[in-house]
Amino acid sequence: MTINRRTLLGSAAALGLLTACGSNTGRDGGGSGGKGPRLSHWYHQYGEAGTEQAVKRYAAAYREADVAVQWRPGNYDEQTAAALLTKSGPDVFEVNGPSLDQIRGGQVVDVTDLLDGVKDDFNPVVLAPKTYDGRIWAVPQVVDMQLLYYRKSLLADAGVEPPRTLDALVDAAKELTTKKTKGLFLGNDGGAGVLGGTPLYAAGLTLVTDDGKVGFDDPAAARALAKVRELYKAKALLLGAPSDWSDPSAFVQGLTAMQWSGLWALPAVQKALGDDFGVLAFPADGPDGRPAVPVGAYGAAVSARTRHKDAAKDYLKWLWVDKTAYQRDFALSYGFHIPARLSLAKKADALAEGPAADAVRFSTENGHAEPLLWTPASRVAYQDALSRVIKSGANPESELRSVVRKVSAELSRVRKKYA
Amino acid sequence: MSGGRPGLARRLAGPQNRNLWFWVFVGPFVLGLFVFTYVPLGWSVYLSFFDAHNTVSPTEFVGLDNYTAMLRNDAFTDSLWTFAVFTAFIVPTTFVLSLSLALMVNRLRRAQAFFRSVFFLPAACSYVVAALIWKMSIFNGVRFGLANTVLGWFGADQTAWLSTTDPPWYWLVIVTVRLWLQAGFYMVLFLAGLQRISPTLYEAAAVDGARPGWQVLRHITLPQLRATSVAVALLLVINAFQAFDEFYNLLSDARGYPPYARPPLVYLYYTALGQGQNLGLGSAGAVLLALIIAVVTVGQARWFGLGRSDEKGA
Repeated sequence: MTINRRTLLGSAAALGLLTACGSNTGRDGGGSGGKGPRLSHWYHQYGEAGTEQAVKRYAAAYREADVAVQWRPGNYDEQTAAALLTKSGPDVFEVNGPSLDQIRGGQVVDVTDLLDGVKDDFNPVVLAPKTYDGRIWAVPQVVDMQLLYYRKSLLADAGVEPPRTLDALVDAAKELTTKKTKGLFLGNDGGAGVLGGTPLYAAGLTLVTDDGKVGFDDPAAARALAKVRELYKAKALLLGAPSDWSDPSAFVQGLTAMQWSGLWALPAVQKALGDDFGVLAFPADGPDGRPAVPVGAYGAAVSARTRHKDAAKDYLKWLWVDKTAYQRDFALSYGFHIPARLSLAKKADALAEGPAADAVRFSTENGHAEPLLWTPASRVAYQDALSRVIKSGANPESELRSVVRKVSAELSRVRKKYA
Repeated sequence: MSGGRPGLARRLAGPQNRNLWFWVFVGPFVLGLFVFTYVPLGWSVYLSFFDAHNTVSPTEFVGLDNYTAMLRNDAFTDSLWTFAVFTAFIVPTTFVLSLSLALMVNRLRRAQAFFRSVFFLPAACSYVVAALIWKMSIFNGVRFGLANTVLGWFGADQTAWLSTTDPPWYWLVIVTVRLWLQAGFYMVLFLAGLQRISPTLYEAAAVDGARPGWQVLRHITLPQLRATSVAVALLLVINAFQAFDEFYNLLSDARGYPPYARPPLVYLYYTALGQGQNLGLGSAGAVLLALIIAVVTVGQARWFGLGRSDEKGA
């Protein structure tokens, strides 16, 4: 066949159109080869080496469906939220939620029946935010928590005791601040992002009460936030570190004597500092205060848009309810997490002694999770106020009054819409 | 061979298939523009009148509620004010810097292409990459950051550039990265404008006794650059209100974005596409922002008299 100018142009145009029409549904390639329907299972990208291979291995072992794992870097929560609006999204997906609007918008499938008989074995603190209207909307995978790391030798050199109250924390951070080392690292924004409601829980309050009201309309809230501002004002906080609070680099490099970070950082800290560190909950404040530890859990959920709802639920039950060996492996063999199942957490040797055991104790005795009614709009309003208090020295009372108004309105919206 | 009227297909194809080839080449782009720009734009306006949490197919009509909610929202209105101030600063600064660079490069007798490329190169750099270099290497807040190292030689304390609101050093980081990224591009526009000015004008001015320098710049160069200047100023204003990439990458973290220096687009991103997933409210904000940009742009164009000289010349 002779290729003339028109044939060439026509072929190029056809090829271009075909390329443009191609789509990545997330269902191509990499399946487990099981005998059933093709399922797409999305995970966010974990930092720990080996996790991706592990979840692909679990999926490959499932024979009732052909499961393709997608490992998704970037803003995972935004990606899944957008994908759930389309038919090309996942069938099963990991979710840092789901949010109340996702549940009430009918975007996720009710998975209550998957936990029949084993519900009480799941950590109640992380199961609560996945429960709405008495139904469960995601199966918690592992428990993550944040806590305060401190360097024993630096505290001893400065004659400072590990702080058990918020006042003691402020004093300790000031004492530990030198020309080269700052006292405390709460993230590069001074704690506005990561602390969230933790100072309120430490003051004996909550974000949302059990009966759905604002839980921090109390003078104790302003008092606790003013103390976090005091840390910033005294220049006792490390700011502008190359890596943020979730990474223990600033702590192990000696840029700070204390750091607020996650349980996931514990192996790296242990490797760098040996026994020269301890962990604490966020210290209590005031007469009604109590130590506070935020806990959270990614859960596994089924998209309501899947064409294979039953197959997806069966697979989810197999992986995150029945296969306890995989759940233990996922929690403890790569990063450092607490299994969501209480029975597995109790049997985990790695969590039985030292700072890890302290962390597990904090999570059960002092753990709090963000309530389901704490919607993104409430979170933005509160975090903006917290940022203004910490960094700009705004008056905590007036800022909190404004937040209480906004959160009350948001709670009313949620109640009205979903009544 | 028939001498009658050609068939419909032939008439549509035009003489020598000119119409056909026009649509073969232009059609895909028109289709793309329609599908990926005008349809979403229209859908966004439609969504803005509905309660659309976690859906793009809403059913509950709420009228102008989303618009009033957005206009009463402190976070959104604060971002508009902040960016009005930012625009008032960044537009003249970038304008003067890029014009100055263009005038300098234009006067070079040797290596003009080299310097033009050197100043233009940052425009080829991604905003994300530049923001991360500024954040991680130059303006990080610890003692081994480049800026802090240099200041340390003079005995200054380390500064947390992006975390300090009093004084607001984060603006220094934002403004320098934006100037570095943008000035070269606008310099090229000015350079093109400068090279279109006829040398005879300068010769005539010299004969008339105009002094080289400020006098020639004021009475010959700047008036001749009027069309380019208006275009540059319009683009700068639009860019300032559409700021997203470098702000997002410099100031956001996994937990969100601080309330200061939050561009309207970043706020709308969090409202509509972040965990908020309030697509109705986000759409209303996007429509409001588009209207503001359109009004400011049209007002500015009228103020500068865009197109007036063409009308006179016609």
